[in-house]
Amino acid sequence: MKSLLKMTWMEAKLFLREPVGAFFTLAFPLMMLFLFGSIYGNSPTSMFNGYGTVDISIPAYTAMIIATTGLMGLTITLASNRENGVLRRLRTTPVSPLAILAAQVIVMFIMTSLGMLFLVLAGKFVYHVHFEGNALSIAAGFVLSCLSFYAIGFILASLVPTARTAQVVGMVLLYPMLFLSGAGFPRELLPETIKKISTFLPLTYVVNLLRGLWIGESWEQHLISVAILGTMLVVGILASVKLFRWE
Amino acid sequence: MKSIIQVNHLRKVYGKTVAVDDISFEVQEGEIFGMVGPNGAGKTTTIECLEGLRQPDGGSLCVLGVDPQKDDTILRSNTGIQLQQSNLPDRMKVWEALDLYSSFYTHAVNWEGLLSQLGLEDKRNTPFAKLSGGQKQRLFIALAILPDPKLVFLDELTTGLDPQARHAIWDLVKDVRSKGKTILMTTHFMEEAERLCDRVAIIDHGRLVALDEPAALIRKLGGKERVAFNLESSMPADFEKALARLGLVEIEGERVIVSGNDHHQAELVGEVVRLLTTTNTRFRDLRTEEPNLEDVFLKMTGRAMRE
Ligand SMILES: Nc1ncnc2c1ncn2[C@@H]1O[C@H](COP(=O)(O)OP(=O)(O)OP(=O)(O)O)[C@@H](O)[C@H]1O
Ligand SMILES: [Mg+2]
Repeated sequence: MKSLLKMTWMEAKLFLREPVGAFFTLAFPLMMLFLFGSIYGNSPTSMFNGYGTVDISIPAYTAMIIATTGLMGLTITLASNRENGVLRRLRTTPVSPLAILAAQVIVMFIMTSLGMLFLVLAGKFVYHVHFEGNALSIAAGFVLSCLSFYAIGFILASLVPTARTAQVVGMVLLYPMLFLSGAGFPRELLPETIKKISTFLPLTYVVNLLRGLWIGESWEQHLISVAILGTMLVVGILASVKLFRWE
Repeated sequence: MKSIIQVNHLRKVYGKTVAVDDISFEVQEGEIFGMVGPNGAGKTTTIECLEGLRQPDGGSLCVLGVDPQKDDTILRSNTGIQLQQSNLPDRMKVWEALDLYSSFYTHAVNWEGLLSQLGLEDKRNTPFAKLSGGQKQRLFIALAILPDPKLVFLDELTTGLDPQARHAIWDLVKDVRSKGKTILMTTHFMEEAERLCDRVAIIDHGRLVALDEPAALIRKLGGKERVAFNLESSMPADFEKALARLGLVEIEGERVIVSGNDHHQAELVGEVVRLLTTTNTRFRDLRTEEPNLEDVFLKMTGRAMRE
């Protein structure tokens, strides 16, 4: 337990010392929020069903952070620690393998939560955002979304040979998904054909779930999202247990 | 004394490469046991099988009373390990690494002390990536000793270290042994093996070719003592013949080397000097060369470089 805490704290420091990862998790989404907030404000529009740009951007950008930490942050860190032999060195100590991996997941989760918290605070104090959901409910949706994406991150980390490949694969998966799923900018602005493509992207279901819960929709309306994310989580865990390599 | 490591007919194969081919030895509690051998001889493979990091293809191993493949909890908490190749995250600072690794063990020694013993005090806030090769090596030695384990594995103890650091680390290793710990190490420095190890195993092509105390190895296998000197004047008549009665004579220009027969070194030097003075031959730079572990090593493993 003591070593898990130490290791988590250490990994958190390492995360914050890595400028690129920290920027895209904590600063970039906030910058986007201020950018589009200052262009469009947060007045309700019919395009967004009576909500404002900032109202729908907060859950969408949260989805963006989840995908970034899951597909890039976690994957690259694990792949590079394996490639450099950091994981191998840790395996020679009595610390449990589960604790080594848990520390990574906890840190990614904390950083993702911080990213979301900054968005929510900015939304609340700068743009008087409308929040009509239930805080616990959105927290649950957030946890499910995070874990399901981290599970995918673990599969990727198990499959890629090097940190370099992890980075390329992560980018190839992440960037199109950010544009097409409604996480990077509102799906309402996308043409019909692209909306069809988006039904094949896992991130779409994170956006749907978080946007829905944010405006107070019920879980029953989002059973499809929950089923898809739940499946990702279970498959991800089972696959990584089989595939994960320490060296 | 009881044995703390038993290796019986260990074998490890990578594809067509036989890395370790039927090696057997035991390490006694409280000794510094060294493995030497040319590049690719199978030292790292052997040591990493003992550490439970590689799976043997044949033979049986027992470390601290357990099979390293089966029971890794006993092994992990009672051994300290320095791998030949290792890394820490680039941005992890020296003190953070020591502090983190301390938290993994129940009886970790005070790492502040190790920091100064290894001359890393000035570097305590330096990120791993900014350390020099030798400083990284010292940090890894610190991490291996830190747990205060019963058994320490050190693969290539002082590779990349300057002479000062090397001597400091020899003292450190002797300190660890004097606390009753056992050390299994590999090295490419024969002087290091000779000074530090209680017993040395010479490994070549995955086989054990010799195993004994360094002094015994030298006595048995080191060959002859030598006396070498430079002639200042031309050789008197019959001088060479007289020298040849003392031993094998090699002459390269003005340099003369005599390798003794069965003489003791003192005798050989005495005889050579007496001959030089009675024949009134002027000479300089007279040196005696004792056989050392390097001679044994080259004799047992040959002079050909390995792939
Ligand atoms: N992971 C591996 N995969 C394939 N071959 C390997 C692997 N590790 C070692 N070998 C081979 O096994 C042989 C023994 O290697 P090992 O690393 O044990 O040598 P060593 O005695 O430690 O050498 P050095 O002094 O260079 O460290 C070498 O021929 C090497 O090429
Ligand atoms: Mg080696």
